[in-house]
Amino acid sequence: MSVAPIGSKHNKQMWNARLRRFARWLSTPHVFLSLIMILVMFYMVIIPLYRMLMTTITVSDSDLRMLPDANIGDFTWYHWLRMLTSQISKIMTYEPLLHSITISIGATGLALIIGGLMAWLVVRTDVRGKGVINLLATVPYIMPSWTIAMAWKVLFKNAKSGGTPGLLEFITGNPTPDWLAYGPIPIIVSSGLHYYTFFFLFMAAALLSIDSSLEEAGELAGAGRWRIMRKITFPLIIPAIASGFIMTFSKTMGTFGGPNVLGVPVQYYTLSTMLRSNTTIGNYGDAFVLAIVLIMFAMVNVMINQKFVGTRKSFETIGGRGFMSKKTKLRDYKVLFSILIVIFQLIIAVLPLTLLTYSTFMLRTGDYSLSNLTTAHWIGEGVDFINSGEPGVLLNPKIYMGAWNSIRLALLTAFFTAFFGVILGYSIVKGRGTRLSKLVEQMAFIPYVIPGIAFGAIYISMFTKSVGPIPPLYGTFALLVVVSIADKIPYSSRTGVSAMLQVGRELEEAAAIAGASPWRRFKRIIFPLTSTGFVSGFLMTFITVMRELSLIILLVTPSTAVLASMTMRYIENGSEQQANAVIIILITLVLTGNFIIGRFRGGSLKKGLGM
Amino acid sequence: METPIIIRNLTKKFGDVVAVNNVSLTIESSTFLTLLGPSGCGKTTLLRCISGLEDPDDGEIIIGNKMVYSRQKGISLPPGQRDLGLVFQNYALWPHMNVYKNITFALEIQKLSKDEMDERVKSSLAEVQMEGYEDRYPREMSGGQQQRIALARMLAYRPKVFLMDEPLSNLDARLRMDMRTELKRLHHISGATTVYVTHDQVEALTMSTNIAVMKLGVIQQMDTPDKVYHFPANLFIADFIGNPKINLLPGRVLRQNMVDLGKFKIPVKTFNKSGDVVVGLRPEDITISDAPQENSAEFDAYSVLPSGAETTIIARQDRTELTIKEMGVSKIKMDQKIWINFNEDAINLYDKESGELIVG
Repeated sequence: MSVAPIGSKHNKQMWNARLRRFARWLSTPHVFLSLIMILVMFYMVIIPLYRMLMTTITVSDSDLRMLPDANIGDFTWYHWLRMLTSQISKIMTYEPLLHSITISIGATGLALIIGGLMAWLVVRTDVRGKGVINLLATVPYIMPSWTIAMAWKVLFKNAKSGGTPGLLEFITGNPTPDWLAYGPIPIIVSSGLHYYTFFFLFMAAALLSIDSSLEEAGELAGAGRWRIMRKITFPLIIPAIASGFIMTFSKTMGTFGGPNVLGVPVQYYTLSTMLRSNTTIGNYGDAFVLAIVLIMFAMVNVMINQKFVGTRKSFETIGGRGFMSKKTKLRDYKVLFSILIVIFQLIIAVLPLTLLTYSTFMLRTGDYSLSNLTTAHWIGEGVDFINSGEPGVLLNPKIYMGAWNSIRLALLTAFFTAFFGVILGYSIVKGRGTRLSKLVEQMAFIPYVIPGIAFGAIYISMFTKSVGPIPPLYGTFALLVVVSIADKIPYSSRTGVSAMLQVGRELEEAAAIAGASPWRRFKRIIFPLTSTGFVSGFLMTFITVMRELSLIILLVTPSTAVLASMTMRYIENGSEQQANAVIIILITLVLTGNFIIGRFRGGSLKKGLGM
Repeated sequence: METPIIIRNLTKKFGDVVAVNNVSLTIESSTFLTLLGPSGCGKTTLLRCISGLEDPDDGEIIIGNKMVYSRQKGISLPPGQRDLGLVFQNYALWPHMNVYKNITFALEIQKLSKDEMDERVKSSLAEVQMEGYEDRYPREMSGGQQQRIALARMLAYRPKVFLMDEPLSNLDARLRMDMRTELKRLHHISGATTVYVTHDQVEALTMSTNIAVMKLGVIQQMDTPDKVYHFPANLFIADFIGNPKINLLPGRVLRQNMVDLGKFKIPVKTFNKSGDVVVGLRPEDITISDAPQENSAEFDAYSVLPSGAETTIIARQDRTELTIKEMGVSKIKMDQKIWINFNEDAINLYDKESGELIVG
């Protein structure tokens, strides 16, 4: 191109052409959608993070008491110094951090051992009853993560710290030891038993994808079974182990329910429960420091894992292709093993529900005899000495409001998330190889490393005032929807990408050649071909949002309370029966929703998980 | 209808890789042009630039009398406004629509009436001999049938230009032969300007009216199949086209009409050149006999490979190896002495340095 003097006619033409090229680039559907998604994610993730960070280094009106010379809005290191170096930092930050790490490592390790062993048994041996085992393995997805913790409490609490005895103490007459009743061990075991499913699904898929000829080649080379396991099988499933590790570790780091039920009563605080107690007294600057510490640890965890695995494989799905694989023969033990597995699964699925259900029929807590049974907590009219006079849960308008809020939240989030999933999948897949696509993909990954309660925390500081065109949302139901959508973006983009990858790009190109507009292409070609993924993503989000607690516990108000947050409130008020009844209602609703949504177009939980 | 395609200085880069490098090309109306070359030579990218599925980085494309792309003017029409149809390698039939819906998709956009659509579906299915398949879904048909439907889908909306991206490479050998026949007929009847991409030289030679051989994003030669085969413009094309491969023998120019190939010399047509050259000789332009002839060179029959209608003989003399093609079943036995003669008119001489054709 020749260089023309500025202002000349040729120059003007050149600029016009450049402008038109830019406009064309901008109007390319995937570019346009990518830019919109970047903007959306910027609002939903980056700005809240930034504002939270600013809150920790800005003087607020509640800080004036401690900093009499400062003005509101001044820069200050006060919160950071207080949380990280002052005398109270040990109690406020370091002990909870240590507890969080202990629990995360313990629970993740337990889940890894149980899930890995079960995956190996199901995939690589001739154990019986694989269908039943697979089905039962999805049960923890349906139950709220703290269900086992609540059941644990019914079973093992002791009169010394819990006020009333648990079932074990009631039967044996001996006080249950403290270490078994509350604190780290109960939290680790109850979380590990919940999260083992992640490992089971990840590792089962990974083991399925290993071509057994790789192992047979090792066998022919003279390697023994143990060497093959160590040198061939194990390295091949490391990405799956890493995936499960990141996911479980950051989930348990940010989890609130279990530590709140089994830790707080004995002052065993984790970062998440400490964060909550700071926000409840309006101490946001300190709380946000904890949230940032939590996020940093989750990020370090992801980084270590990625370094360890070598690539970003850890986040990629391992597609289970059905290779012929040689099954290890368990001979006489195959029935025994399947019975043991099923019993184990029933214990962690059915036993908690049975205990919880039984406890809801108890008039007084701690008395497990049949004479103490009553239906008052379900359909009682409400008397002063039961739950501050609130009627039974089935007659309680608050419960109905909570249930409606839960369903509304889950449906709205599921809809928007599935919608974003399709758009993200389209933008990322169509733009493959461009920097824009990479940026979208990376931005969509960010919420993945932010633990649930910290994500909730960053939204406290956001939307208290209006930001750009968005009105102040604090205390509204809409805020719960927004934070839930943002939290699910990594999952929805993954579902969207894998659904979109199954639609060959030629299918859309053929429609473009035929003269179809982008909208018509989406409506007639892309959407119909990805709708199964859409429904699966919808179902997955519906279930996880219904039972979500950590994410929204900091953001609910009495009028926006959902069932999950109500159980916590009842527990904190000492109304154990109501809390347990609400959990039962919640699980019933999730199962119903799962059943109804699953009817549409073959969507399934497993597909939603990207398996 | 007159729809030539004019391409001027077209360039397309992917990062640092120049897929199409400053290509200028005029495709006359009603031509069947094949873009031929090894994988990664830029032929598919060039086709996709013409179709509008890929936005070039520079240059101009004119289809018929319509400017469809110009960087300078900032024009780039979307694919749907370029009056062209494209047949994909993997057919790209929409799996959730039956044949009828697949075909009428474009017709709905053109807002044809129901009767017109039925008529178009019928006639286009007849053209590809797939009458009565309206209700089938893609997965209920074989690869060959799917490709015919893909073709019918393109024919139905009557584009002025046909683009085809390796349409036969997913088919088995027999079907490929059938489809070549059909495609050539189709072009013969419709007279639509056709651009066809393939790496298969047999497809290129049998079907096209013109072949453009590409390498590293540049068109090496654009000519009729006959010219491309008999007078390859450079050593790359000579080596790429022809099966069995052309014989390329290094030699030295002795005097104006004689080339020294080491152990023997061959006469060539007069030319102005001295120094190192490469002699290109097609296997079928060498004659073979079991007794010495005038000007013949002595070789050993290293291997004899009959394949029914013809026999390929690999002959050796020290380090010189020749591939020779004889029609029918050869009498030559392995390891016997043979004498060969060259068809002087068929010899192509290439400059050793540049690889360009000196005399053809």
